[in-house]
Amino acid sequence: MQNVILFAPCLVDQLYPEMGIALVKLLRHFGFQVNFDSSITCCGQPAFNAGQINEAKSVARKVVRTLSQGVLADQQIVCPSGSCTAMIRKYYPEVFHGDRDEAAASALGSRVFELSEFLRQHNLLDKITGSCHKRVAFHNSCHSARELELRTEYRDLFAGIEGLELVDPSLEPVCCGFGGLFCQKFQGISQGMAKTRLEMCQQVGADEILSNDPGCIMHLRTAAAQQGFATPIRHTVEFLVDAMGITE
Amino acid sequence: MGSASEHSRFIGSSEVKASDETHRKRLLKVIASYDSVVVNQKASQFIDWQEARGTAAEIKRYVLDHLPELLELFEQNASNNGMQVLWAKDVADAHRIVDQIIARHGIRKVVKSKSMTSEELELNEFLEHKGIETLESDLGELIVQLNGEKPYHIVTPAMHKSKEEISEIFQRTLGCEPTTDAEELTDIARRHLRDVYITADLGISGANFLLADDGAILILENEGNARLSTACPRVHLSIAGIEKILPSINDLELFLPLLSTSGTGQQMTAYNSIIRGPRQDGEADGPEVMYLLLLDNGRSEIYRKPEVRDALSCIRCGACLNACPVYKTVGGHTYNTPYSGPIGAVITPHLKGMRDWGHLAFASSLCGACTDVCPVNIPLHHMLLTNRQEANETAPSLFWQTALKGWALAMKSRFVVDIGARAVRVVLQALGCVSPKLTAKLPQPAARSFSSWWSRHGE
Repeated sequence: MQNVILFAPCLVDQLYPEMGIALVKLLRHFGFQVNFDSSITCCGQPAFNAGQINEAKSVARKVVRTLSQGVLADQQIVCPSGSCTAMIRKYYPEVFHGDRDEAAASALGSRVFELSEFLRQHNLLDKITGSCHKRVAFHNSCHSARELELRTEYRDLFAGIEGLELVDPSLEPVCCGFGGLFCQKFQGISQGMAKTRLEMCQQVGADEILSNDPGCIMHLRTAAAQQGFATPIRHTVEFLVDAMGITE
Repeated sequence: MGSASEHSRFIGSSEVKASDETHRKRLLKVIASYDSVVVNQKASQFIDWQEARGTAAEIKRYVLDHLPELLELFEQNASNNGMQVLWAKDVADAHRIVDQIIARHGIRKVVKSKSMTSEELELNEFLEHKGIETLESDLGELIVQLNGEKPYHIVTPAMHKSKEEISEIFQRTLGCEPTTDAEELTDIARRHLRDVYITADLGISGANFLLADDGAILILENEGNARLSTACPRVHLSIAGIEKILPSINDLELFLPLLSTSGTGQQMTAYNSIIRGPRQDGEADGPEVMYLLLLDNGRSEIYRKPEVRDALSCIRCGACLNACPVYKTVGGHTYNTPYSGPIGAVITPHLKGMRDWGHLAFASSLCGACTDVCPVNIPLHHMLLTNRQEANETAPSLFWQTALKGWALAMKSRFVVDIGARAVRVVLQALGCVSPKLTAKLPQPAARSFSSWWSRHGE
C-alpha cells in the first residue's frame, strides 16, 4: 500500500475538519495509506502575505523539518488547498533563501501536490465515477490557477460524474476577495469582490459552488451569509466523496 | 501601514465605492467589453502573445540595465534634432522650469494632450494658479476637467461616466443642448476645442516612448488632439518620465501593437506621431520651439531598489488596472494618486513615500491577475509583497505586527493552537447567546479539529 502524507491547512484543521476527513476517505478509497503529523498546524502563509517573513519562516520551519525526517522524508504530500500548495512549492524557497533549511525547503516543494494534481499524477481521474444531477460552478482559486498553473485542469475531476453540468462563470480565475488578512484590513473591498464573484455564479444558474481552496470557501460562505446569497459552497473533495458514494 | 490620514481616507472611500452598486456594475460592464476586444486582438495580432511580452520585457530590462547611457544618447540625438532637453528632479524643479518657459515665451493660454506625468506635477492647478488658461484636449480628460475631477484611469480617464452624465457636464459647462448620442457628444467637444488649438501659445503633451537612437518622442492617440496640441501652438512642451526610453526606432514594430492591444484592444492606435523636434526650415507647420522635460520625481528611488526596479519597465497601458479585482471594486479615484491600480500600488509608495502610501501595498488580495496581463512581464503582485515588507520596516503597524508575532508563536505548538481555537469557539458562542446577529455569519472553529479527529480515526 502506497504511503501518502496529508497536509491539513490551518483552516481545514480548525474550521473545516470535514474537508480533511473527506480527503482521508477519498485517499483510502483509492488504496493509499494516509499519514498525518499533528505537530504541523499551518504553512505560514498568513504572515508571509503580511510581509512578515520572520514569522512566516518560524512557522514554515516546523513544516519543513517535520516532513523532511524519518519515514515521512520520501513520501508524497497531498494538500486540499491550491494556496497552501503554492506557498510551499513556490514561496518556501524564497522564505528560506540563504537559510540552513533552504535545501530541505526546496526539496519539499517537489513532493507537495494539490489534490487534483495528485489524482492526475496517479492516473486516478478516470476512476472518479458517480452521479449528481446539478449545475456546478467551480471557483478556481487564484493561487491554483496562477501559481500552480492549474487553469482548466479541474474539469477532469468532474468528467466521470453523470448528470453534472459544469457552468464556468469565467475562463479566467476571478478572485473571491479573501487574500488572508486583506479581508480583515479592507473589509469593504473584500466584500465587494465576493459579491461580484457570487453574482457571477448566480447568473449562470449554479446549484452549488465548489472550490479547491478552504480560504476561498470560508470567505465566500461568510460573504454569502452576510449578503444574502443562498447558493451552497463546498470543497470539491466533499462533493466527490458524496457523488462517488464513498462512506468509509 | 501608511499614515493614518491617507490610509483611513482610502478605507473610507473604498467602502463607499464598494457598496455603490451603480458604480460597481458600470465599471464591470465597461471592463468586460475591454476584456472581450483585448482577447480577440491578442489572438489575431500575435502568433504568440507570451513570446511577444517576453521579448518586450527583455528590451525594457535592457533599457534599465543601460538607463544612464541611453538617456545621454537620447539627449544628444534629441538636441541635434533641435529639441531643448531639460531635466527635473522633482515637482518643484519641474514647476520652476515650466514657470521659466511661460515667462520666456509670454504664454497666456495652454492646450494639453493627455499626460500622466503632468498629473504627477498637478500642472493644471499650477498653471491655473498662475492665471494661465489651461484646457485638456483629450475627450476623456476634457470631461473630467470640466467636472473638476482627476482622471479616473491612466488610459481612459472618464470611463466611470455615462453618456447621460457627460451630457449633463457639457450642458452645465459648455451650455450645449442635451444629447446622449456619442457622436454628437464628441462633436460638441470637438467644436469647443477647435478654437483653442489656434489660440493657445503653448501645447503640453506627454510621451509614450523616447527613442534613444533617433532622438524622437512618440505619442499614441486616437483623437488627433495630441497632433493638433503639439503642432499648432508656437511652443511645445513634452513631459516624459526618464524610464520611457526605447533603444531604437526598430523596437516600435513590437511596442506599438503591444501598447495598443493591452491599452485599448486596438490593432494600432489611430494616430501615432514620431516627433523629432520643432519646425524645421522649409516646413509649413509645427512649433517654433520644442522642449522635452525629463522627469525623475522619485523614479531614481525605484531604480536603486533591485526588488522593484523592473516596475520602471511599465509602458502605462492600464491592463493591470482593468484586470485588478480591487480596482474593479473601488475604481480609480479611491487611490487618490495619478497612478492607480496595481502599478500605482507598486510605484506610489516609492514615488511619494512609504509612510503615507504603504497601505496601497496591503490593499490587494495578491490574486496575481495584474502579473498575468502585464505586457512587459512585471511581477506586480510579488512587488506588492516586497512593498509590504518595506512598509513593515519603515512604518510598522504595531497592532498587526504584534498579532502576527503572537500567532507565529502559537502556531508552533499543537497544544496552544487547539486550546486557542477552543477558546475562540467558546467566546464566539457566548457572544452568540448575547447577540446572535453578531456571530451567526462569522466562521467559527469546529467542535473538534481535524487533528483531534485523526487521533481517533487516524491509523
